[in-house]
Amino acid sequence: MAAKARPVAAAAATSGRGLTMMLRYGLGLLALLMAFSTARASVLPEDRADVLYHLYTGGGVDIDGPSILVRKQVGKSVSVVGNYYVDMVSSASIDVITTASPYTEERTQWSLGMDYLRGNTTLRVGYTSSEESDYDADTYNFSVSQDMFGGLTTLTLSYALGDDLVRKADDPTFQRDLDKQNYGIGLTQILTKNLIATLNFETGTDEGYLNNPYRSVRYFNPSDTSGRGYSFEGELYPNTRTSNAVGVRARYFLPYRAAIEGEYRFFTDTWDIDSHTASITYIHPWRDYTFTGKFRYHDQTGAHFYSDLFPSAQATNFRGRDKELSELTSYTFRLKASYAFLNESQSWGFLKKGSVTASVDWLFVDYHEFSDLTANALIGEEPLYSLDAAVFQLFFSFWY
Amino acid sequence: MEKRFLAIGWVLSVLLLMGSLSGCGNIEPWVKPYERDRLADPIMALDGDPVSTSYLQHVYEAREGARGGEGAAGGGCGCN
Repeated sequence: MAAKARPVAAAAATSGRGLTMMLRYGLGLLALLMAFSTARASVLPEDRADVLYHLYTGGGVDIDGPSILVRKQVGKSVSVVGNYYVDMVSSASIDVITTASPYTEERTQWSLGMDYLRGNTTLRVGYTSSEESDYDADTYNFSVSQDMFGGLTTLTLSYALGDDLVRKADDPTFQRDLDKQNYGIGLTQILTKNLIATLNFETGTDEGYLNNPYRSVRYFNPSDTSGRGYSFEGELYPNTRTSNAVGVRARYFLPYRAAIEGEYRFFTDTWDIDSHTASITYIHPWRDYTFTGKFRYHDQTGAHFYSDLFPSAQATNFRGRDKELSELTSYTFRLKASYAFLNESQSWGFLKKGSVTASVDWLFVDYHEFSDLTANALIGEEPLYSLDAAVFQLFFSFWY
Repeated sequence: MEKRFLAIGWVLSVLLLMGSLSGCGNIEPWVKPYERDRLADPIMALDGDPVSTSYLQHVYEAREGARGGEGAAGGGCGCN
């Protein structure tokens, strides 16, 4: 067993006065804006269903499975949504090859949510459950959105609470808790008749067992019996992590029928990870087709307790060699094509619209402080590891 | 002492907001509803494929050390 992705649980962790105050301020702000907003009806999300197949392949890891989403309006004021998602994992990643054995497993996630619309205000509640053989996650979401100023502005406040349970496959007695809290505030603004923008701020805190129980750090050990000059010991992470992220995104309708979008996010946390993420997207419709191209760039510093090679065993209070916590740079190129095989003028029974979409993302990650130990080079002279992966998606969407 | 500062800050913020928003009820949308046909075009939807978006966010969160700050704040173009 080895490194495993954390469940997609949308939340994060601690409380604390600052976060409470932020929520209190935000709710006060929302109440004021609701009082002063103009009378203009908002709308619920469209009724739709999506059936998606996803495949991630790269770095010795294959993950695939379905995701099915169904949304339906009930009455005039309520819309309910459900999602069923599966990851089937087959892993022989660099972490697995160097410190453990390849494994296969399955993660199943389902979500239920409800939107309630009253005037210009939409209340959303949701619950997500994620289960795998050694990790369970329950996440509760709540958000409130307010449309203002004739529908030009939407303000959203959100809160999520995550309750995770970490176990270990080869130790039935091992069981650790992880609590997550996440606070968000978002603003969507129509700026001109061709331009819409969003600004989002999120702060999250995790409290509990943040280690991956299978991962190890490497330390210098000239007396190691293997003759490699190093040995491994278990990771030891801090028990808390607080992060802040601010993102801005703008989409512009070009002089001809096409759109361009730019996005930027800054992230910082108490583990000393700072990151900049930027992307540019171009969307071009042609007849019943829509083509999308995207380039995404991400650059981050490493966690303060990360090291590729510690000088000795138990050298520091906290230690990690999780490559996602290393200083790294990643690039993603996306190509996506969508075909509308059904439109409202030719609807099939209760189905109004239908489309099929295929996309591929090529992901390249350069780790600046994570050595490739499979190269069998002398200690300290191993080449840096880099990851090439492809992400395929094929999905059908129906509106009714 | 800290509580006092927070309380004062809260009161000042409320007063400031009340002052700045007191005329909001009269704000005229500078993009009229009939001018939002381009914003209503599906190619301008900020989250046109929610099932795909959440999947890709999951992929990035698993491969990178950052998270959050990317959510669409809901709403949309307010065309209806």
